[in-house]
Amino acid sequence: MKILVAVKRVVDHNVRIRVKPDGSGVETANVRMSMNPFCKNAVEAAVQLAEQGHATEIVAVSIGPKAASDVLLTAMAMGVNRSILIETDARVEPLAVAKLLQAVVDEEKPDLVLLGKQAVDDDSNQTGQMLAGLLDWPQATFASAIEVEDGAVKVTREVDYGRAESRLPLPAIITADLRLNTPRNTALPMVMKARQKPLAVRPVAEFGVDITPRLQIEKTTPPAERSGGKTVGSVDDLVTAIGDDVANMEAL
Amino acid sequence: MSILVLADHDQGKLSPATQRVLGAVATLGDAADVLVAGENIGVVAEAAAKLPGVQKVSVADNAAYASQSAEALAGLLSGLVDGYEYIVASAGAVGRDVMPRLAAKLDVMPVTDVIAIHGADRFDRPVYAGNAIETVVNTQAKKLLTIRASAFAPIKGDGQAPIEPVSLADIKSVVEFIAELRTENDTPDLGTAQIVVGGGQSFASAENFKMVEKLAAVLGAAVGATRAAVDAGYAPNDWQVGQTGKIIAPDLYIAIGISGALQHLAGIQGAKKIIAINLDPEAPLVKLADLALIGDLFEVVPALTAALEQRLKA
Ligand SMILES: Cc1cc2nc3c(=O)[nH]c(=O)nc-3n(C[C@H](O)[C@H](O)[C@H](O)COP(=O)(O)OP(=O)(O)OC[C@H]3O[C@@H](n4cnc5c(N)ncnc54)[C@H](O)[C@@H]3O)c2cc1C
Repeated sequence: MKILVAVKRVVDHNVRIRVKPDGSGVETANVRMSMNPFCKNAVEAAVQLAEQGHATEIVAVSIGPKAASDVLLTAMAMGVNRSILIETDARVEPLAVAKLLQAVVDEEKPDLVLLGKQAVDDDSNQTGQMLAGLLDWPQATFASAIEVEDGAVKVTREVDYGRAESRLPLPAIITADLRLNTPRNTALPMVMKARQKPLAVRPVAEFGVDITPRLQIEKTTPPAERSGGKTVGSVDDLVTAIGDDVANMEAL
Repeated sequence: MSILVLADHDQGKLSPATQRVLGAVATLGDAADVLVAGENIGVVAEAAAKLPGVQKVSVADNAAYASQSAEALAGLLSGLVDGYEYIVASAGAVGRDVMPRLAAKLDVMPVTDVIAIHGADRFDRPVYAGNAIETVVNTQAKKLLTIRASAFAPIKGDGQAPIEPVSLADIKSVVEFIAELRTENDTPDLGTAQIVVGGGQSFASAENFKMVEKLAAVLGAAVGATRAAVDAGYAPNDWQVGQTGKIIAPDLYIAIGISGALQHLAGIQGAKKIIAINLDPEAPLVKLADLALIGDLFEVVPALTAALEQRLKA
């Protein structure tokens, strides 16, 4: 089967971000960027399915600035066969991303689309579900295990009460949770080899999708600061503090 | 202003999250209609009808909705949304699964994980693991929202709304539900508990992690865990607190042997008071906590549990 996997370039998840003083957003200049962690899980899942003999071709797609070819290179170093960068410097909302991915699905006709469950920048948790809605394909979000069966996939999902298992006929959409796998590291020789793999850069205009944002971001502010830092000297002090808290708590 | 709320429920019980979603939308000014979808959910519908701020409860009772599949629920909702300006769900697993799928079908860009509502079309939502808050203006004719329940107070009081069945069209889902792998325990709901006791990977074994559960039991608290503790198998995945786990806002959070990685902090920003127990005085969570004890959890936790049991009994 053929797998399409979507990857997003985001501020590296280890970076402590700074809100711009004028409230116009988050500082991204000179900040380390990398592949969204959940997209990495999605790529790893696709590569493992290829290694198990289930996938015959993996195509990665990213939507973003020219620099996003970095994360596609990483994906190809992990084992993806070829990539498409839909190039734009504009802010692209999840709905527009889903529409662009739908256009790629129409061209590529994959049997399975894998995405991360959320991007650690906007934390939206939407794109996979939206793509599934547009295509009217079955979806399995927050996947922590995937097993390919005859013409179907069995997926374990992380839900509020624990986990749930379901079976989806193909073609289908799956979004990856962190526990799905441990993404492999890419050694330099793999990155060098990845440079030989095809990467098509295509302007967003080629896809005929209106990407004008529907939501306006009025301002971005830092969260309220906590004023912590007091320590107690003994367990007894802690017992007193917690005991008093419990006594003062209003019963629901 | 017309509002449709998708009720969150679990095995015949209305989830406390729904009461908080109703608390959130109450600020929009109008009473809400509530949709209860599932199988044998009469009790849930009755519980919803008794809440204030509810105008009508619509019930879709069918086996197709038993597993709360996104395909079935988004299909159902898309037939019901005409005439509603707001379609709202809690940002739990079901809401996150269903609402974006519905939104795409309606060609609407939703606002997910709303933590504050400022008037009819202005909403706050956290980004970058809660390290920034975006104020978003949404002027679309239909507004689809998921609400972070822990950020809003539950609606309180009594109501008496009529309950009406909805007529169901074609409701086949191609997704076959196989099994629920439910965490068996009777600890309070993590998302709405007043007190949460959280443990990290420093407990070093599932056996030792029971210390957290024991302290929680003494306090009538819910149990939380870091991702590291869940990955190590000390705690089930639905106890994970953080950016990619549950977001909590208890009155008191007791964090034991937890470093305070930013992904964990993302889940506890709403806690009113934080107490940390940690060996390392430099741990980010210790610096952030309202109160901290520097010490070895293997000594502190048993002593604390015994002493609190004594004090709370007295
Ligand atoms: C994309 C992404 C998403 C993530 N999402 C989440 C999430 O939702 N939730 C989450 O929790 N994590 C999440 N993580 C993981 C997170 O980055 C941290 O790795 C994790 O929270 C650390 O867990 P910990 O505090 O148990 O372990 P550690 O960071 O190893 O901390 C252990 C702490 O215990 C203390 N300690 C050790 N021994 C003792 C002792 N005997 N007595 C007292 N204290 C002791 C140490 O001083 C230390 O502070 C995510 C990571 C990524 C990349």
